[in-house]
Amino acid sequence: MEDEKKLAEFQTRLKNGESIEPKDWMPERYRKQLVRMISQHAHSEIVGMLPEGNWITRAPNLRRKMALLAKVQDEAGHGLYLYSAAETLGVDRESMINDLLSGKAKYSSIFNYPTLTWADIGVIGWLVDGAAIVNQTMLAKSSYGPYSRANLRICREENFHKKQGYEIVATLANGTDAQRKMIQESVNRWWWPSLMMFGPTDKDSPNSAELTKWKVKIHSNDDLRQRFVDLTVPQAKAVNITFPDPDLKFNEETGHWEFGEIDWNEFYRVIKGYGPMNRERMNARKKAHEDGRWVREAAEAYAKKKKVLHEN
Amino acid sequence: MTKTTEDQWPMWEVFLQSKQGAPHEHAGSLHAPDAEMAIQNARDVYSRRNEAISIWVVRSEDIISTSPSDAGPFFDPATDKIFRYPKFYSIPKGVRGV
Ligand SMILES: [Fe+2]
Ligand SMILES: [Fe+2]
Repeated sequence: MEDEKKLAEFQTRLKNGESIEPKDWMPERYRKQLVRMISQHAHSEIVGMLPEGNWITRAPNLRRKMALLAKVQDEAGHGLYLYSAAETLGVDRESMINDLLSGKAKYSSIFNYPTLTWADIGVIGWLVDGAAIVNQTMLAKSSYGPYSRANLRICREENFHKKQGYEIVATLANGTDAQRKMIQESVNRWWWPSLMMFGPTDKDSPNSAELTKWKVKIHSNDDLRQRFVDLTVPQAKAVNITFPDPDLKFNEETGHWEFGEIDWNEFYRVIKGYGPMNRERMNARKKAHEDGRWVREAAEAYAKKKKVLHEN
Repeated sequence: MTKTTEDQWPMWEVFLQSKQGAPHEHAGSLHAPDAEMAIQNARDVYSRRNEAISIWVVRSEDIISTSPSDAGPFFDPATDKIFRYPKFYSIPKGVRGV
């Protein structure tokens, strides 16, 4: 009974647009859904470093290399902001990381696609970070204070990610025939997976409905996807790039770009672990975690030694 | 899953001062084995674009805060003291600079 009264109060707070802070009373479902969502978001930032990290040593010049290095470093930071936000809900980072490494936790399916050419680095910045920005701009207004603040910080950094990507795209699109072919092929491979980043269509997304009820999300997956398409099509036209969708056309009445059917079988196949790179990504992540062990151990040994010196 | 040593690392809250004269504001938190590493990590994580000219780190467990459940009664005493504000007072018309 007490809980029902609290729940009613909680819902009033959400309705009034109040932000929920870590020590506030919250329903168990709210906490659970947030932990699931924030930790998946954090994992996506961390795993998301791998496809791009793959090209740092092969960047075509120093300018591109510095930009890519800085971008990938930002993604590590994003992961950290988000793990910290999740920790305010009472889960510790260690257990979240263990869930990722054991394969129990999910992350965005987009990072299970391979980066085959340098053009992919441009297209990831443009489309993948572009889609992430649409999503994170909404999440910066989410009802949970620490999550909303983490997204705000992330959004401030993302604009450079998208712009450096688009610069690569534009350069290649205005380049030689071979470069134009390479960038168009890359766009062809990434377009549909980028649209899938917004998650299942509204009618197949029970989590999304619940998150909307809790004001963690304030727009539906389909609305965000539409916003992304409307934003992105003119950017493609500006550099004479096409998207691999014969049904893509502008609807004068609605003012929106209509697009074809997404292959949801592919989406679920990749989510379930059968994407082209799922296994490689996890192996690379585990290896990085193991390779970093000595650093963590050294830092700890040093801290202990200093403490002993200090006490004597 | 193998255990890392990380779970023993304490959590630190990070406060950044954005410019001269500005207050230090809470930016977020992180894990670090000691204060020195906490400061270094705070710089790398929370100030990659000159967001700070000064950083404080405080062990999270050392922070004492009010609890939201009794925030109402705790802050109540201030709500009925309108005489703490200038608009409570009236002065003769035409007098300036008071
Ligand atoms: Fe990111
Ligand atoms: Fe990014």
